[in-house]
Amino acid sequence: MTIDPNASSIILTRDLRKTFKGRAGAVEAVKGVDLDVKAGEIFGFLGPNGAGKTTTLRMLATLIPPTSGEATVAGVDLLRDPARVRQQIGYVAQGGGSDPLMTGRGELVIQGRLFGMSRRQAEARATEVLAALELTDAARRTTGTYSGGMRRRLDIGMGMVHKPKLLFLDEPTTGLDPQARANLWDEVRKLREGGTTVFLTTHYLEEADILCDRVAIIDHGTIVAEGTPAELKKAIAGDVITLGIADHERVLTLVRAEPYVREANDGDEDGLVRLYVDEGDRALPQLLRLLDGAGISPQTIALSRPSLDDVFLRKTGRSLRETAA
Amino acid sequence: MNVARDTWLIFERSMFLTLRNPVWIIVGLLQPFLYLVLFGPLLKSIAESTPGFPPGGAFNIFVPGLLIQIALFGAAFVGFGLISEMRSGVVERMRVTPLSRFAMLFGRALRDVVILDVQALVLIVIAIPFGLRIDLAGLVVALSLLSLIGLTMAPLSYTLALILKSEDALAPLVTTISLPLLLLSGILLPLTLAPDWLQTLARINPLSHAVDAIRALFNGHFGDPSVGFGVALMTVLAILALAVASRTFGRSAA
Repeated sequence: MTIDPNASSIILTRDLRKTFKGRAGAVEAVKGVDLDVKAGEIFGFLGPNGAGKTTTLRMLATLIPPTSGEATVAGVDLLRDPARVRQQIGYVAQGGGSDPLMTGRGELVIQGRLFGMSRRQAEARATEVLAALELTDAARRTTGTYSGGMRRRLDIGMGMVHKPKLLFLDEPTTGLDPQARANLWDEVRKLREGGTTVFLTTHYLEEADILCDRVAIIDHGTIVAEGTPAELKKAIAGDVITLGIADHERVLTLVRAEPYVREANDGDEDGLVRLYVDEGDRALPQLLRLLDGAGISPQTIALSRPSLDDVFLRKTGRSLRETAA
Repeated sequence: MNVARDTWLIFERSMFLTLRNPVWIIVGLLQPFLYLVLFGPLLKSIAESTPGFPPGGAFNIFVPGLLIQIALFGAAFVGFGLISEMRSGVVERMRVTPLSRFAMLFGRALRDVVILDVQALVLIVIAIPFGLRIDLAGLVVALSLLSLIGLTMAPLSYTLALILKSEDALAPLVTTISLPLLLLSGILLPLTLAPDWLQTLARINPLSHAVDAIRALFNGHFGDPSVGFGVALMTVLAILALAVASRTFGRSAA
């Protein structure tokens, strides 16, 4: 799906901030976030734990009031009228929100009624949602007997029971096996097809890459990059050559003098040397000749198209895979 | 947004969940029942031979105390249920709906009141063969007074649960608050037997006035000043507790 740049904004924030006051003094968790999420897209919010990701999401979902800044969510001023924002949005917390003693159907019905539906409307809508999420067979079982994937689908069902314009998902696939994760991605795509905007946080880069139309990366409370996954990857210089090699300093000096190497750096964390080059397939033979001529033989060599993790590494100086563990 | 409708929804849901696990209702009755059967008969012989024991029969003195005990302990521990609902994410999920914050509290508190009124009725019926004599109209007012105690204690328990967010912190705090409230209300023995300083201390405890009122009501003494005072006092406290708790429900990041 291509994003219409003229589509209306469903989330628009300006300089949104949150400071927590604790015994150890004030902690600035979110330091001025500007977001522009367009209606109808799947927007991914990426960042390591403690970066301000969940705090931002909780502010947008009306759970905590912002300290300062402006925000419009689903056409309503978030700071002035959070109660009206709640009527327009769905929210699915990371840990879910079903009672283990309630049946899946019972939870969907009460959730619908909490949004003002009559009992009959809520029953009819629950039947629809259960069918859409393939939970009809489990509808009358208590949620305590559900598998992790089923409970997650029910959580999403509760988030969409009132057909919100905008659905917030906090780390929707954390803890799911790959099969359940792929199923959930399908559900999220179906929501978008139905016209719902989805704002999700994740620390799985492949999830952001495959599922999201646009992503923003937050680190230390500020947005460090924003765009489509393709744009972000293109913005960091071309391809990446990773060398497993002993003498880092010598190699770095050597390759930095080469015109086709845009940037080279020493990965402290994994002991690998990374070269950012424009055209990896052309650069690789030249690089091998260069190393050979200098009498250096790398143990491993790999060429990769940039991933969102490389974007993250470039923007924040560390790998999300390691910080998110 | 309709507060009455929202309250009913929360009441219905929480009552349904309570009745799925009715063993706690029975456990809540067990302690006062044991006091009634195993301690009540002792009191009977003391009452007959002790000067200063108020008139009206030992069980008419003792059962009102047990009713207060049901209301006090039954309602003081309701916060534990809320903590488990916070842990399962139910509370947070409902906070991102148009549901009225007052209804989140009041629906649950009404469930607590209905449960403790039923427990009180069961105990009263059991106590009749032991020699409890009750005035029926007095019983109705006495149950309203118990409900007011429930509407004071349950919101306070919910407030503490929302702030503390952990059973480990809630348990010692609730016990520390409820035990002196219990001892200083003349529940087990009438405070007419107490030395002056203890009586003075007990007068500060609102529950001692509620006990006095229920004892008067069981004996059909509607005109007794303790009745009007007890009802008025507990009404004010219930309103205050509901106001505080509903504010906490609205603010707290559960």
